[in-house]
Amino acid sequence: MSLGTSATPLGRVRGLGSAREGGEHWLTERVTSIALLLLGTWLIASLMFLPDLSRQTVIEWLRAPSGAVPMALLIIVGFRHALDGMKVVVDDYVHTEGNRFALNTLLLFLAVGGGAIALYALAQVAFGGVA
Amino acid sequence: MIVSILHRATGVALSIAGLAILAWWLLALAQGPEAYLRFAEVATSPFGLFVLIGLTWAFFQHLLSGIRHLVMDTGAAFELNTNKRFAILTIIGSLVLTAALWAYALGGGA
Repeated sequence: MSLGTSATPLGRVRGLGSAREGGEHWLTERVTSIALLLLGTWLIASLMFLPDLSRQTVIEWLRAPSGAVPMALLIIVGFRHALDGMKVVVDDYVHTEGNRFALNTLLLFLAVGGGAIALYALAQVAFGGVA
Repeated sequence: MIVSILHRATGVALSIAGLAILAWWLLALAQGPEAYLRFAEVATSPFGLFVLIGLTWAFFQHLLSGIRHLVMDTGAAFELNTNKRFAILTIIGSLVLTAALWAYALGGGA
């Protein structure tokens, strides 16, 4: 620790993690985890309690707001939490600055792209474009 | 230690396989009966069931060890015995929940 004793505790902590930043990221990861505790349990319980998983049954379920809204939230929060979590793994194991940036950018594109595709499919189902 | 590694491994599995399957399922649903049938065929094949059961376990393990991490974030449960007992409970809990869910799903419940 070469910053010496004149640095404040905050100053000593700042910038020493493998990502060099991230208080907000840390907190977001935890808040989304609590949301997913509810949304993930909701998804599993819903799939268990639907009479069957035929296409017609699932479409009807996702056409109702009680199905479509939590599913939209699950997609958004799920992809966000996955992105935040994967970033921690990348930051911990990829030490070359350029590779880390490239991999984190790739993950960002995959998460946003995947989330957008899933939301589009859900919207198509929920707003009645499919039969 | 093992539970901490499991938390990462299950998190990566859920991020990649879990979300990909969720997106594929919704796309197949939107695309039409044939696409949905193709998804259902893969999902209910032995390999598909293996993956789905694995992801169910990953979800429960990640959820329970995630709760453990949230508790530890508050500064609690760092005492060695408590910490170890909590860690073992997440493993037992995830296995029990996965077994119960699939026994119900495959045993005529759904």
